[in-house]
Amino acid sequence: MISFPWPAASSPGWFFLDWAMWILSAVFILWMLWDWYSIDSTFSEDVLTSSREGEIEAVSEKHDLRS
Amino acid sequence: MTAATTTANGAPQKISLLRVLGPAHVWALGVGIVLVGEFTGWNFAAGKGGTLGAMIALWVCGLLYTAVAMIDSEVTSTVAAAGGQYAQAKHIVGPLMAFNVALYLVFAYTMLEASDAILVGDTMVQFASDMGVTGLTHHSFIVFTVVFLVWLNYRGILATLNFNFVITALAFLSIVILFLSVQPWSQGAVLKLGEMVTKENALPYGWLGVIAAMQFGIWYYLGIEGTTQAAEEVRSPARSLPLGTMTGMITLLIAATMTWYVCASLLPWQYLGQTVYPLYDAAKATGSWQLQYLLFVGTVLAGVASANGCINDAARAWFSMGRDRYLPAWFAAVHPTYRTPYRALIFLLPVALAFALIADINQAITFSILSGVLHYTFMSINVIMFRNKWPLGTIRRGYVHPFHPIPAYILLLLCIVTFFAIFLGYGTQLIAMVAFYAIVSVWFHFYRYQYVRRGAQFTMPWPKPVGY
Repeated sequence: MISFPWPAASSPGWFFLDWAMWILSAVFILWMLWDWYSIDSTFSEDVLTSSREGEIEAVSEKHDLRS
Repeated sequence: MTAATTTANGAPQKISLLRVLGPAHVWALGVGIVLVGEFTGWNFAAGKGGTLGAMIALWVCGLLYTAVAMIDSEVTSTVAAAGGQYAQAKHIVGPLMAFNVALYLVFAYTMLEASDAILVGDTMVQFASDMGVTGLTHHSFIVFTVVFLVWLNYRGILATLNFNFVITALAFLSIVILFLSVQPWSQGAVLKLGEMVTKENALPYGWLGVIAAMQFGIWYYLGIEGTTQAAEEVRSPARSLPLGTMTGMITLLIAATMTWYVCASLLPWQYLGQTVYPLYDAAKATGSWQLQYLLFVGTVLAGVASANGCINDAARAWFSMGRDRYLPAWFAAVHPTYRTPYRALIFLLPVALAFALIADINQAITFSILSGVLHYTFMSINVIMFRNKWPLGTIRRGYVHPFHPIPAYILLLLCIVTFFAIFLGYGTQLIAMVAFYAIVSVWFHFYRYQYVRRGAQFTMPWPKPVGY
């Protein structure tokens, strides 16, 4: 084992980090669930699922070289 | 209550993914997904075929992936849609192939994401243990890695890939610093390649071992093709995708070569073939705490970058299937503020967490590799069909790969060899997985396809293919 030249090896620091990971994970999950609910109850399903593949290509990319 | 659903001129309001990315983001996505393979995974090739076998696998797989990158760059520069190879398969081969390709993508990336999260957790615990801390478990680090990255992806792709660019560059830098620190120009000073690799142990299992090493040799580059998933969000797909993918491939070839050289010169092949942290262990073997610390940080950053890219790609493949009704249209929702496929992201979160917390890392990696090789097999056939149906000069391409069809045939041949290599090590899983894809194909053909938008799914404004 290599000995590191600073005192960060203290166990309480690591176990605090362990708890912080759990708490932050819960906060992020709750935030996403809240935002998901908020968006779904504000916008209609037709608007939220209105994306179509290739829409931008249809106006910006000219593929046919024969015409 | 719902917000306004029409624009000022009365047209229905439309929400789509944002085109905000450049070549550096494409590089960050591709290299970010893959670079973790230098920090763990590739070294199991040494266990299969010895250190020299791992090097042969490095270069043969490098050839395989150069073919993948060239082929992908040409096709994607014309099919610039989220879903990447899924959209390619749909337009070039047909819906059933597209459905299978999308599943390959989702499984390959979700399993890789789970493996990355396990790696991050295990590295944290290992590092704490090296500092004398015991009793720590990896669960909180795994959960935080996945949840934080899904949150980041949820909030927008630009910030996600800016973040990935920074951490991927730092992880790559850690390999370069390790390489330069061990004086590679002076064998014997720190590195001892001559002692570690001898005539007797270079190929301990002969050429069969070299073929078996291919199974893990692809870990050096697995996922570079993920750059195409960003196609719909890149400002100039015809330029950025080939540029980002090819520079990414060059970066990976350099990183893989440096990694092999340092690890093979510091660690005996028996140890190298079974450790989970080859670069971290190589840094430990130098006796320098600075290098050990640096490679600990590099390993964690590489794991995070890879998981981040995988979350991005798996969600876009899932979203694309929803958009064409291959899956319920509910998954095709785009967030009106952040412009991300937010439902697909949230849906895949518990799936990834379940695999990361329950599955064994070797099983997860094998599942990911199997899906990846099936995917590459498709790509070789796909590009031949693409060139036959739309020959050069019929549609505009952002990039034309040279020497066609040689790269396609090389790719197909190497895939067959890799399947054989996987069969040697994980024959049961290979058969089970092929059976799984066969069953879901039957389900798709006889049940799900009735819901698909038959004509509307073919969106590219291409001329009719030759012969139709």
